[in-house]
Amino acid sequence: MKFLIAVMMGGKCGTDLRAGFLLRRLLALWLMSGWVALPAAAAPLGHDDARHLLNRAGLGAGIAEVESYARLTRAQATERLLAVRGGVVSEPDWVDEPYFPPGRLRTLDAEARTRIQVERAERSIELREWWLRQMLVTPDPLRERMTLFWHNHFVSGVQKVLSPQLMYRQNVLLREHALGNFRELLHAVARDPAMVRYLDSAFNRKGQPNENFARELMELFTLGEGIYTEQDVKEVARAFTGWSINPNTGEFVFRPAQHDDGPKTVLGRQGNFGGDEVLDILLDRPETAALIAGKLWREFVSPKPAPAEVARIASALRDSGYDIRAALRVLFTSDAFYAPAHRGVLVKSPVDLVVGTLRQFEFEVPDGLPFVFAMGQFGQVLFAPPNVKGWPGGELWINATTLLRRKQLLDTLFQDRLAVGPVRADMMMAAAATPAAARRERARVAMGRVRFDGDAWLTRVNGMPLERAVLAVAPVHAGGNVSSGMDHLRELVLDPAYQLK
Amino acid sequence: MNRRGFMTAVGAAAAATWLPLPAAAAALRGYERLLVLIELKGGNDGFNTVIPYTDAEYYRLRPGIAIPREQVLPIDAHTGLHPALLPLMDLWQAGELALVQNVGYPRPNLSHFRSIEIWDTAAGSSEYLDAGWLTRTFASTPLPANTAADGVVVGGAELGPLAGVASRAVTLLNPEQFLRQSRLAAPGSPAAVNPALAHVLRVEQAVTDAAARLRADRVFATAFPASGFGNAVRTAAQVAASGAGVPVIKLSLNGFDTHVGQLARQARLLKDLAEGLVALKSALSELGLWESTLVMTYAEFGRRPRQNQSGGTDHGTSSVHMVTGGRVRGGLYGAAPDLARLDGTGNVQHAVDFRAMYATVLDRWWGMDAAGILRGRHAPLDLIRV
Repeated sequence: MKFLIAVMMGGKCGTDLRAGFLLRRLLALWLMSGWVALPAAAAPLGHDDARHLLNRAGLGAGIAEVESYARLTRAQATERLLAVRGGVVSEPDWVDEPYFPPGRLRTLDAEARTRIQVERAERSIELREWWLRQMLVTPDPLRERMTLFWHNHFVSGVQKVLSPQLMYRQNVLLREHALGNFRELLHAVARDPAMVRYLDSAFNRKGQPNENFARELMELFTLGEGIYTEQDVKEVARAFTGWSINPNTGEFVFRPAQHDDGPKTVLGRQGNFGGDEVLDILLDRPETAALIAGKLWREFVSPKPAPAEVARIASALRDSGYDIRAALRVLFTSDAFYAPAHRGVLVKSPVDLVVGTLRQFEFEVPDGLPFVFAMGQFGQVLFAPPNVKGWPGGELWINATTLLRRKQLLDTLFQDRLAVGPVRADMMMAAAATPAAARRERARVAMGRVRFDGDAWLTRVNGMPLERAVLAVAPVHAGGNVSSGMDHLRELVLDPAYQLK
Repeated sequence: MNRRGFMTAVGAAAAATWLPLPAAAAALRGYERLLVLIELKGGNDGFNTVIPYTDAEYYRLRPGIAIPREQVLPIDAHTGLHPALLPLMDLWQAGELALVQNVGYPRPNLSHFRSIEIWDTAAGSSEYLDAGWLTRTFASTPLPANTAADGVVVGGAELGPLAGVASRAVTLLNPEQFLRQSRLAAPGSPAAVNPALAHVLRVEQAVTDAAARLRADRVFATAFPASGFGNAVRTAAQVAASGAGVPVIKLSLNGFDTHVGQLARQARLLKDLAEGLVALKSALSELGLWESTLVMTYAEFGRRPRQNQSGGTDHGTSSVHMVTGGRVRGGLYGAAPDLARLDGTGNVQHAVDFRAMYATVLDRWWGMDAAGILRGRHAPLDLIRV
């Protein structure tokens, strides 16, 4: 049967326009009837697969965008996601201010110190608002998702870096390479000032090595545990001595006087290695591509390992000289990615839940602050992962507390909101005593100004069963409910299945 | 069944399973005994909590913030309490207040974030564990099937020691709000579920179980302090009064990160803490539960012995912690910190590993083997009467 349809698609009958038209109609009926016998890679995605792709590889999408992807083949859809259109949300104006070295804080008096600390907290929040806005409006959702993926791989956190400026610069770097080349990304991250601060590279000097970066480099960024010895950690730390930052500009600087240029042995190879040579040694090892491929699998497909599939992704990565797009191409065109067994098996991260909901239902969000707070309450404070291992994610996103908070947000968002409506009196700004109180007040008011045109959205669903437009798997609380329209939509977003993608 | 009908049914079930309070608290064993944890967020300064008032070094290191000798509440010839802890003197004299001095861990981390993670997960200084020490405890020795929740966290966002995939802990500001919110949860069991959906359904079930058995209508004779912490203590007492079998209640008191102007700030916090503890004892005694309750404070770290330039103290290492309850053997535990021997960062060397506190809970309070959960042997402290 597969063969027959392939012939019908590509065969001569296509030259007869009328016959081709009829055959395509027939084919469409066949596809809708559920027994898809066409080689899936060559067929248009259809609504369900397109939605699946955009939820996993993108950041969720409105119905019109899903429909436009539905007409593409897997390969076409993947290329469209991999293309970069660019255009960023304008960044906070302080990012270009002269760099303030966090170490200078110690030299200030109490008042000035407090002022800087308050400012740092404010700016950290502004940075989160900026990235959230970026995720909401980006034409390149896969690039944003991969930026977040690398943020959770090459972890740095503002709690330790103590410089929102450096965190911003790192985010720009991660975005620039998000769909680029992993070799270049690794080399760039190793000299990224936020990373230098986060993993104490600046304290790593000849004769007084600090192993923090060396250890995480091998354990988390490249090889994975068990591939290297404690001696390797020591040797790698020596290779990176002298990698530091200029305290006045916040820029990377190599200090030859602090560098140990003696001979080293790393993973059995000997030489007077510097840091870049060590990175290349690590990139030469197959375990590095395997580690990244396994992480991509868990990010995009399933928490359950699938060695053969992961090996295919790893090969694509290695064979292409670490082209990240090559790996993603293999992933997003694979049968495994679309397999029914892999639908709804990933827990939505706070970003998935918040950004995905706002994008999917095309909410108007004049002010993202309440959603920055919401993601924090759900356990994902951007620019501040819990530790160097990043957010563990998966099922850990959901406990009794976060589940109720998630549902509370959804309940609030899907109360009757119309496209236009007067600002209610209780949504007027109240006076606030402190910046933190003012921010909370701003978030409260902003939440009241979020708009969802439910009727218009339901019209765009256009007769499709609502479950299919909203959920990745069948609702748990199905059957027996006779509600329709907005009531039904509310039930679906509060269904346990909505927590999954 | 529609949602509203379902919730009504749950409400009815809750009323039917409402249990009277346990009669003979002294006979309670294992998880029938309550643990109340109080997190002193920000890192309480131990040197100004339990004060070495005869140590010249203490006064030398803290010319601006030492508590003058005449203000200290002496508990022995060398040691005294901060004056704001006056309400605790009754507990001390009743022999129910244990003060564990100099609690910390090897290779201390001075970041709030990382260090509280180490405490919450009972990890080594460079170990990263996903589950809190209590979550691991309940995985290793399961709670009775009818327990309403693994634990109740009052206020605050983090589950801390109750975090983890398997956690059935709930957070609430007050029981009324939780009961309102919990209406958004509903258990369900579809025919075929994948592991992720099964997890969400387990959590929905946990919320519903907790909501069905937590109550908020107990009237206490105890006067709760009018502070935020006083309200949290009231909530804790309500949870205990529910008879819901919750083995752990976690409270927190925020603001101990006293880099600046420590004197006034810490005095206010310690007063809140002391008044709250007294109210907790009073309320739990009303319920007949004080004998079966163990209260323990903890924090990410203490402060540095030497004061800073802002009338405050910077992040330190070990600190003093309080343990109280009807079966606690009061007194001073752990070697007093040696202020004359500070390390390279100007900090004291810890005397009691924080995991010994946890071992005390596990071994002496709940009667289970602590070594597996704590990933190593830590001798429990002998501060609980049999």
